[in-house]
This record gives sequence, C-alpha cells and structure tokens, in this order.
Amino acid sequence: MKGILINYDYCTGCHSCEVACKKHLDLPKGEFGIKLTETGPYEYEGVPAPNHWEWTWLPVITKACDMCEDRTSKGKMPMCVQHCQAWCMYYGDTEELIKKMDGKTRFALYTTTEN
Amino acid sequence: MADYKEFLDSLDRKAYHEGEWQWEEDGYTVTRTYHYSPPGCHTSCGVLLYVKDGKLERIEGDPLDPCTNGKLCIKCLTMDESVNHPDRLKYPMKRAGERGENKWERITWDEAYDTIEAKVKEIWETDGGNAIICVHGTGRNINWQVPFFGQAALKTPNISTFGFTGFSCYMPRICGSIAPFGDFPIVDASETHPDRYNNPEWVAPEVIVVWGNEPLASNADGYIGHWLVQCVQMGSKIISIDPRLTWWGARAEYWLQVRPGTDAALACAWINVIISEKLYDEEFVSLWCAGFEELAESVKDMTPEWAAEICDLDADDIRASARLYASAKPGAIQWGLAFDQQLSAMALTLAGCDLMALCGNVDVPGGNILVHNAFECNAGYASGEDLTPPEWRAKKLNNRFALGIEGGDFVAHASSDGLLQAIETDFPYPIKMMWIQSSNTLSCPSQDVARTMEAMKRIPFIVNADPYITPTSVALADILLPVAMSAERNSARTWWTPARAMVKVCDFYEAKSDEQIILEMGKRLNPEIFDQWDTDIDWLNWYLHDGTGSFSATTEATDQGGAKNSGKTLFKPTWEELVKDPSMLGHAYDEFNATYNKAAKGMFRADGSVGYGTPSGRLELAPALFQYWGLKTTPFHTEPPESPLSTPEMMEEYPLILTCGGRSFEFFHSEHRQLPTMRELHPQPRVLVNPKTAEAYGIEDGQWIWIENDHGRFKQQAKVSPVVNERTIHAEHGWWFPETDGAAPFLFGTFESNPNNCTKAFVTGQGGVGSPIKGMICKIYPVKEGDEMPYEAIAKQGNFSWYEKVESPREDEIEKYHDLMADGASYDPMTNIITTKDGVRMDLKTEEVYA
Repeated sequence: MKGILINYDYCTGCHSCEVACKKHLDLPKGEFGIKLTETGPYEYEGVPAPNHWEWTWLPVITKACDMCEDRTSKGKMPMCVQHCQAWCMYYGDTEELIKKMDGKTRFALYTTTEN
Repeated sequence: MADYKEFLDSLDRKAYHEGEWQWEEDGYTVTRTYHYSPPGCHTSCGVLLYVKDGKLERIEGDPLDPCTNGKLCIKCLTMDESVNHPDRLKYPMKRAGERGENKWERITWDEAYDTIEAKVKEIWETDGGNAIICVHGTGRNINWQVPFFGQAALKTPNISTFGFTGFSCYMPRICGSIAPFGDFPIVDASETHPDRYNNPEWVAPEVIVVWGNEPLASNADGYIGHWLVQCVQMGSKIISIDPRLTWWGARAEYWLQVRPGTDAALACAWINVIISEKLYDEEFVSLWCAGFEELAESVKDMTPEWAAEICDLDADDIRASARLYASAKPGAIQWGLAFDQQLSAMALTLAGCDLMALCGNVDVPGGNILVHNAFECNAGYASGEDLTPPEWRAKKLNNRFALGIEGGDFVAHASSDGLLQAIETDFPYPIKMMWIQSSNTLSCPSQDVARTMEAMKRIPFIVNADPYITPTSVALADILLPVAMSAERNSARTWWTPARAMVKVCDFYEAKSDEQIILEMGKRLNPEIFDQWDTDIDWLNWYLHDGTGSFSATTEATDQGGAKNSGKTLFKPTWEELVKDPSMLGHAYDEFNATYNKAAKGMFRADGSVGYGTPSGRLELAPALFQYWGLKTTPFHTEPPESPLSTPEMMEEYPLILTCGGRSFEFFHSEHRQLPTMRELHPQPRVLVNPKTAEAYGIEDGQWIWIENDHGRFKQQAKVSPVVNERTIHAEHGWWFPETDGAAPFLFGTFESNPNNCTKAFVTGQGGVGSPIKGMICKIYPVKEGDEMPYEAIAKQGNFSWYEKVESPREDEIEKYHDLMADGASYDPMTNIITTKDGVRMDLKTEEVYA
C-alpha cells in the first residue's frame, strides 16, 4: 500500500503542500486535498529547551487526495511531497516508509482509501 | 530529508526530463528555467513552466535543480494567478484626470517614450540630470538594471529605494561587513556546491543563530530559509534571537526574546562573555584578525548583567547562549532585516562580524562563508556610476552633501532623507522628475508615508513602471508602463551563486520586461552606451561578461577595502548557452564561492596575496574603514529614540513596544494582495497581541484595533497569541487592498493598515544609517464606528491631527536659503555659498562672509 509519511517535527506551516495540491486538483476556495493543522504555541511548565514549547503543524490528508495517481504512475512525486519546503514528507510503500520512524523525531503515516 | 543521497537516488530523472531545457508534455510546452521576479522575491528557484496556447497555466518546482531541489513556496505555486490576473497593467497609459483620480488613457509605447525623452532632455538643459530621482524596489530582478539605467540613461546620481530613512534595509549589513571583512558573510548551508549536502568538505553548522530574521517566510537577501531546516534535520542546534516566537524559537536551545532595537547590547555582551571567558578561537584570532585589544577594551564593561537590563533578558541566558555559540565548531549567524532597522545598525553589524571572526567561523565549512556574486558578475547598485556626467554626479544627494552628516559616502544609493529634503524644500536644488520602476513606494518602503506622498506630489513629472496599478501609481504617476513578469522575460541573476537564467515563455498584452524598457529608453537617452546592445539578450550577455562593479557600496568604498574589482567577469558561456546547454540548463556554479578558507589561498585580494579584502588584509575587529567613514570602530548600543529607557515619561501614554515588518508566507512586501489563494490563507493584516495584553486592553482575537504613536495611527486585526510578550506587539507591513476603491483619497486603503503612518523621516543612527522602525512605542485600542480613518485624516489635514514633522538637520540653513533667494540671491550647492543680490558671499551654514 502507498502512503505519505510526514516527519512533522520539521513542518514549518509554509502552506506549500496545500497550494501545490489545490493547483493540481483545481480545488475551489475552501477545499483542500491536504490541509495544515496548527497546535500551539503553548508552553510546558518545567520542561527544558528545546522541548519547552509546543508549536506543531501537521497536514491532514483529505478525501480529495488520490496520492497523485496520475503523477506517481509516471514516476513523479505527489505534488505535496515534491514541493514540501521543509523536506519532511515522503511518498512510497508504507512498509518502507515505516522504517524511517526512528523514535527520535515525530512522524505520522497517512494512507487513503483504495479506489 | 536528512539523507540527500537517498533523495537523489530515489528521483525518477527521466520522468522529469533530465538534460532537456524544453519539451512537450500532455499538450503543454514545458520549460525548465528559474524564477526571478516579478512577482517579487529575493531568491531564485528552479521551476518547470507549463504553457498552453501562449498562456502560463501551471508551475512546478524542478526536482533536478540543486538550488532548491523542486521545493517551491506559495509565491511561485500561485504564479498562474499573478501572471494572468485581470488587474495587471496591459498597455502604457497616460494620466487622463488629475493625479489620484485613477483615470487613464491608453497610449502607445512610442508615445510614452517620446514624452519621457522630451521631459528628460528638457530637465538636463534646465536643471541637470541630478534633478531626476530614479527609484527601484527591493530584491526584484532590477537591482543592477535600474541603477544602471538611472546613472547611464537618466544621468542622475540620485538612485534610491525611496522612502527608506537611514538605508534601513540591507545596506547597513552589506557596507558594515565590507569594512571588517572586505566581503559579505552568509550562512553555509552547502548552497555554493552543486552536490549540495553531499559535498565532502561541507558540514552542517553545529549551532545556527537565527537573529532578527524569519528566514522561512522571508527568504531574504538571496537566501532560502528552508535550507537551514535541512541543517536542523542534520543536527544543527538553534539559538533564536527575536522578539517573536517563531518556528526557530519554539525549537531552540535558547530563545532570547530581546526587546526590539536593543540587539547591539546583547551582541556586545556576547563578545564580552566570549573574550572574558577566553572562549574565542585564539589561534584564528592571532593568525587572521586585527584589533582584538581595542575590541576587548571597548566591551569590558558590557556584561550580561548590563545587557540584561537593556534587552529585557536574563543575564544567565545571555551568558549561556554566548557559550553555546562560542563552543560550536562551526557556528553560523543568520542575521536579518532587524539589524538594519534599529539605530545601532552599523555597530550591530560590526558586532555580528566580530562574533563570527572571534569564534573562527569565517569562511569555514558550515560557518559564515564570504561570498561574491557568481563569476564576479557584480553589477549592482553602483552600476553605471562612471557614466553620469561628473558635474551631475557631484550633486549626489548623499548624507554628507544633502544633510551635512559628516563621514564617508559609502552607500551606492543617494540618501532617502536627502531626496525627501530636496523634494520638500527645493534644497539644495529642486527635483523635477521621478522614475519609479518596480516599487510601490507608498505602500511599502515610505516611512512617514503621508508626508512622503505630499512631498512627491510636488514633483512635476513621475513615471511608474510596474506589473500592476498600485496606490503609488494612482496617487502620483503621470505615465504608467506595464512590466512583464518573470515568465515573460529573458533575464539572468548572479546574486550569490549559482548564476541563473530566466527564459521568456509567454507574453501579457503589451507588457515589456525591465531589460526591454530600459534598453529602449536608454537608446533614446544615451545611444552611445545603449546602442552597444540590440536586444535584451545582448544586454544580458554584457552583464554576464562585463558587468563588474560594486554590488551595494560605492565603488570607492569597495576599492578602499582592496577587494577584487577586475573589470571583467569570469563567466564565459553566452546567456543562451546558460539556458540551453545540457551541462547548465539554466544554472552555473562558480569556483570562488565553492572554495573555503579563501584568505589562505590568496583569493580575496587584488594582488593575489594571502589575506582578506581589507586594508590590513586581516579581519578587522575594529575596522579602519569605520574610522574613515566617521563611525566608531567598536560596537556599541544606541537606545531607540522612544523607549522605556530613553523616554520613560512617554510610556504612560504609549506603554507598548511596537515592532513590525515580520514576513508571512503569502506576501512579498506589498505584492500578492490581489491573489485569491493568498487572501484565502491570509485575508487581512494581523497584529500580534499577547493574551494578557489583549485582556488588559479589552481586545478580542480578530478584532480591528488601532495602533497609535505620537505621529499617527493605523489599524490591523488583532491576532491574540503568546508569540510576543506582554509588553510588545507586532504589526505587518505592506498592506493595501486591491479589491477596494483605487481613487484618492482612499487609494486602495494604502494608509489604513500602514505602520509607516507611525514612522519618522530624519531619525537615523550613527553616520545617518539605520532607522529605529522595528522598535517604536505605541498604544492600542479597539476601532469604533465613527472613528476617523487614516485616509480621511490625511485628506483633511495632510496628516494626523497630532502629527509633528521631524525637520531636516539643515532646517536653519533651508530657512535662510529661502529668505535670501526670495530676496534675489543666488546659490551654489557645491560650495554652500549664497550670494545676496548685493553681491555679499556667505557660507550658508557658518554664515561666514567672504570677500
């Protein structure tokens, strides 16, 4: 199964995934194939730096996403992965992607429904 | 990413047409090229442009481009919206009604050129070329072209990013680095190597100090901020020095939430710690630096405790963060615009350079490398300096000549305040024309904006070249010229490295590229020079092969440093080869920038000797050039003019610190406000207010509030957030509202949310450099129905009712000048001697009378 892995510790909230996807799927205002969520910023009392602050972006993959089937079938990356400026997104087989989860930074693995 | 090799190995190169610069794909013609403005941006990323039936429909990043590896920010990803926008200027126009009415009549390019040519030649006859001001915007792909045009075609020395008091953007850092280093330092994120993060010599910085900069949203100064995220993924630790919590601060070992405008105190305290605790690189300092004793003596009392009081920080954090930076081998300092937008600008830049040098982080892998423009294609703000007639060049309105500020004329540009003074008062001579190319002067750079607009109305003839009609166009322009965007333009760029080419893939009505406009106009005004080139591509080849000079400082200032200035670049291929040759495909890396430890290799000095491009050949911790320029040779702190320490009596009325101008992902300065996607993500201007502050002032998240100081006020929507402390708010800049009424007095709402209602002309740091606009004071309160809007106040009385103008330092002379001139005197600006109608010759300043 194909999936998208996000090493979201490094997501900067830059919106490139959202906009690259919107342009590819030609989605109208208010609709997204991938949409950022933002948590924080807030502080954890008594936790030393660099983990004192929580300010985390995590893109959510929506029902509009087809993992860029038309692109990946030609060997290209999905639009969101290709344009991710923070270089925190990976596309591939979920069994391979899961090996990147090393317990040192935070990851989320997404799959979509199979058509 | 972390594993660059894995990324490269995983790429399906065939799918991305490796080796081709152009191909057909699914009904599109696809072109592999680079973007470089318009729309505006400081950087230049590899793109694939998809064109169908002559229209740019899609854009993608190019994964085979080593500069950004296919990554794009949303300013490029929305290119279809920018390029095809219905608000774009389609044809040359002349004003049909009064200035401000926003009524225009379409004219031909020939008519526009004829009108401009006649005006310029008339002004040359009556006043001289110096009576023309040539204005350009920041970072756009015009920073050698427009200065060259101004100096060689309009024949004026008065080139400026007009409205910017104290050169408060980049010039302080550029010129402030030339003195101690001879060259300019940038963080080494492997960007000078085509093999990038795999380069065998390169290492990631151990510590990155992100200082007065949000590199992710700004990509400022030719630098891609997200490169540094790769470094963090490879293990770089972060120190964030910023009044705002950013992505960096939230992940930092130390986030120093410095009080805006006090960074120099912090920097001096870091130097104090590093010297007093002997944390500096003794071997490097003794081999390569000069001025250590002078520096050490100057900072010996600037302890962390001293700085903590000034900076609103904890002394232990200052000490510990200094130790962390000093312990890093290598450490790197990523400095930003905040350095320029405080009174300490030059001293702070020196302090930053001193820190890099003391810790041995200069020109080493993963440190602050010293860079040139690729292949020594150094055409820049000083380009064409030698083509202005000397008698007109001598009247450059610099700080010394126009404002009487003692010191060297080291910035290539004229002084913005000097220009403002001339426009407002006709002193030392009147201004007859302004050429504004790619600057929305009123919405972005103009400090003291209502005053600036009022002054500019006095200029009899104003030409504005831009892709869009802006508030500046409506309020002031007599002729509008439509400018082509990056995808509609043949161009090149050599700002740092690699050299990159932009290829034209489409047209928009009658818009022409900056190069085309300049070349066509230049041929009319100075055929001797401009007839060397038939086409824009000919001119680009000149730039690539002969476009040497000085980037931002005056040629004199760079020569004083002893840096290389060969007169010929090192680039050999043609522009067309750069575009199409399979070995380049739009980019070419140069050897100079890719080489480390260049001082030891004799690469900095004109004679090839070992050392840096400074007078002494060493990194000058207390630079000789600062002395020559009239500046203190060691770093020091200058308190903002209004602040809790300098004006405690004002804090009851204006209890908060106002900082402004932090970037967002959606906008480049005043651009991109027309684009539906950008406004979906970022609909209105946001002012950051701490939750406790919001509660204290009865402000809700999303509420429109006034931000007011002793000069004026503006309104933005409160974003209640802990990223600023309780004593500080942060407002955005560059806002206008293209969806609203363009005609005066509203002018697309350019005054409504503009922090420049509160900034002041003629308030500068040492040497007339640096402006305190990132550290002002203010009060905030909710906007109520019936409040007088900024445009209404400006229309009614020219400015806010409580506004007080800051006068030029030569106010007394200007008064005398006008009194005597009204009485029939004559004046020589070069000697400042006024001759009364009775033949008495007097020095206007000293009033000394000559026989």
